[in-house]
Amino acid sequence: MSDAAVTTTQSTELPPLAPPSSTLGLLSVFQRRYLLKLLVQREIAARYEQSFLGFLWSYINPLSQFFIYWFIMGTVMGAHQSVDNYPVHVFSGLIVVHFFTETFGAGTRSIVRNKSLVQKMPLPKEMFPVAAMLVSFWHVLPQMLILVVVCLISGWHPELGTLIGGVLAFAILMCLGTALALIFSVANVFWRDFGSLVGILTNFVRFGCTMIYSYDMLAQHAGHFKWLVLGNPIAVACLLFQRAFWAFSTSHPAKTIRTEFPAHLYHQGLIALGASVLVLLFAQWFFNKFDERIAEQI
Amino acid sequence: MAEAIVADHVTKDFVLRRHRTFKQMSVAKMRGEETVNRFNAVDDVSFTIQQGESVGLMGLNGSGKSTLLKVISGVMKPNKGSILTRGRIAGLIATGAGFQNTLSGMDNIFLNAAIYGLSEKETKATLDEIIEFADIGRFIYQPVGTYSSGMTSRLGFSIAVHVDCDIFLADEILAVGDKPFKRKCMKKMEEIRDSGKTIVYVSHAAASVQKMCNRVIALEKGRLLYDGAVDEGIRVLNYGDEDGDELSADDEELGADV
Repeated sequence: MSDAAVTTTQSTELPPLAPPSSTLGLLSVFQRRYLLKLLVQREIAARYEQSFLGFLWSYINPLSQFFIYWFIMGTVMGAHQSVDNYPVHVFSGLIVVHFFTETFGAGTRSIVRNKSLVQKMPLPKEMFPVAAMLVSFWHVLPQMLILVVVCLISGWHPELGTLIGGVLAFAILMCLGTALALIFSVANVFWRDFGSLVGILTNFVRFGCTMIYSYDMLAQHAGHFKWLVLGNPIAVACLLFQRAFWAFSTSHPAKTIRTEFPAHLYHQGLIALGASVLVLLFAQWFFNKFDERIAEQI
Repeated sequence: MAEAIVADHVTKDFVLRRHRTFKQMSVAKMRGEETVNRFNAVDDVSFTIQQGESVGLMGLNGSGKSTLLKVISGVMKPNKGSILTRGRIAGLIATGAGFQNTLSGMDNIFLNAAIYGLSEKETKATLDEIIEFADIGRFIYQPVGTYSSGMTSRLGFSIAVHVDCDIFLADEILAVGDKPFKRKCMKKMEEIRDSGKTIVYVSHAAASVQKMCNRVIALEKGRLLYDGAVDEGIRVLNYGDEDGDELSADDEELGADV
């Protein structure tokens, strides 16, 4: 080792001796943005491969869910009466939930799907879950456009809270989504059971957010159990996002904010973001621990 | 002269799982059987390769050559010991590059080059050469999954040799591919060697190792068996082998091809 150090200083024009497999984890993903861009582009293209409707599928899935909730919960169960502008309430929640579940699901499969690369090419494997998250984010953009148009029709106008809430919500979702994608993608290499577990957890996320029910309903009926929901960063992101869009599309925004949201939502949002960052750090540690076994176990 | 690759007591073990499901594992636990055992694919191997050396890595099937190559390339990490390399590494591991079957050959060129660390501009600058060397015609726009094994290795080899690397790894590249292409490969490899790059070349064909390399490292069951001059290394490997003469005759024939 000391020899190596000597030679490095002697010949400064040479690159240094370094372990070939060394990566900085998530940091090296962002250092190699060009590779990340290629992976994301490829993934976006691959999703519509050999499909007649192509890009439309990324609208059909959330829209079909939207109409189910709109009809079953809104019309049949009567949520249209109890929640003001219920369709926007559902749709804004759906964007949050869909982004998270897509990141989680595609991220979990990402490493196994890229088996041929993982076995033969040295690259930071964190690339794949992060690329999956960015692909899901790409799909959010057109949904956002629809939401904004619908909101504008129902008299919504953007304000500072929209920006804060929206940014905070997506920061939470991106951190937590990437974190869970990291953990599950590596766990899925060793036991494919984790891939099946994703389906169950996705269901919990879908019903654990104030999407089909409102915060007011939760507070009235769930008692102290409401903290089971509010302790979940995704539910907090959902509330933040609804406060940014849905709240100002209702007939009395001030009243909606008072009754339909927890009192210190922004504080909760910051706490949720902090918790998500901690989970992300844990995920990176977990990933590193099993990283070296991925290439042989996959 | 500077070191290009320094391996210091490199050990890489593999986990052998004998029981995979929960049911099998609990039964095995109750019977007191081992559920997991390990073996060392590469066992305490140390060597230093200087820049510009061209090393033939030899050994029987299962002696750990490919695993060692994966450790050098960074695909795998050693469990014990350390491996240090200098500069950019390119090459083929286990006959074939990491290709995405659903992507076209063209897209795979860009993706592979990016993994080696090339920028978009650098890739575009060598794109024509890569396509020309691979010589697979209009199939370059078809998904790699539809390629024959020969076409896959042609494209993989072509990308690897056109990356401006410091260390070139080649694992049994001549196992697939026809005579003219083998000849073309050997010529390209010689060019790479003569340009002063470090080469680690895995092959069973003694004659091609003799032609390409100035040093042989031989492995046996993961351990370092021999490290030194080429002719002596080839003798060591055939030592005690009943079919030695017959094999070397085969080798010469193979060597004559390339």
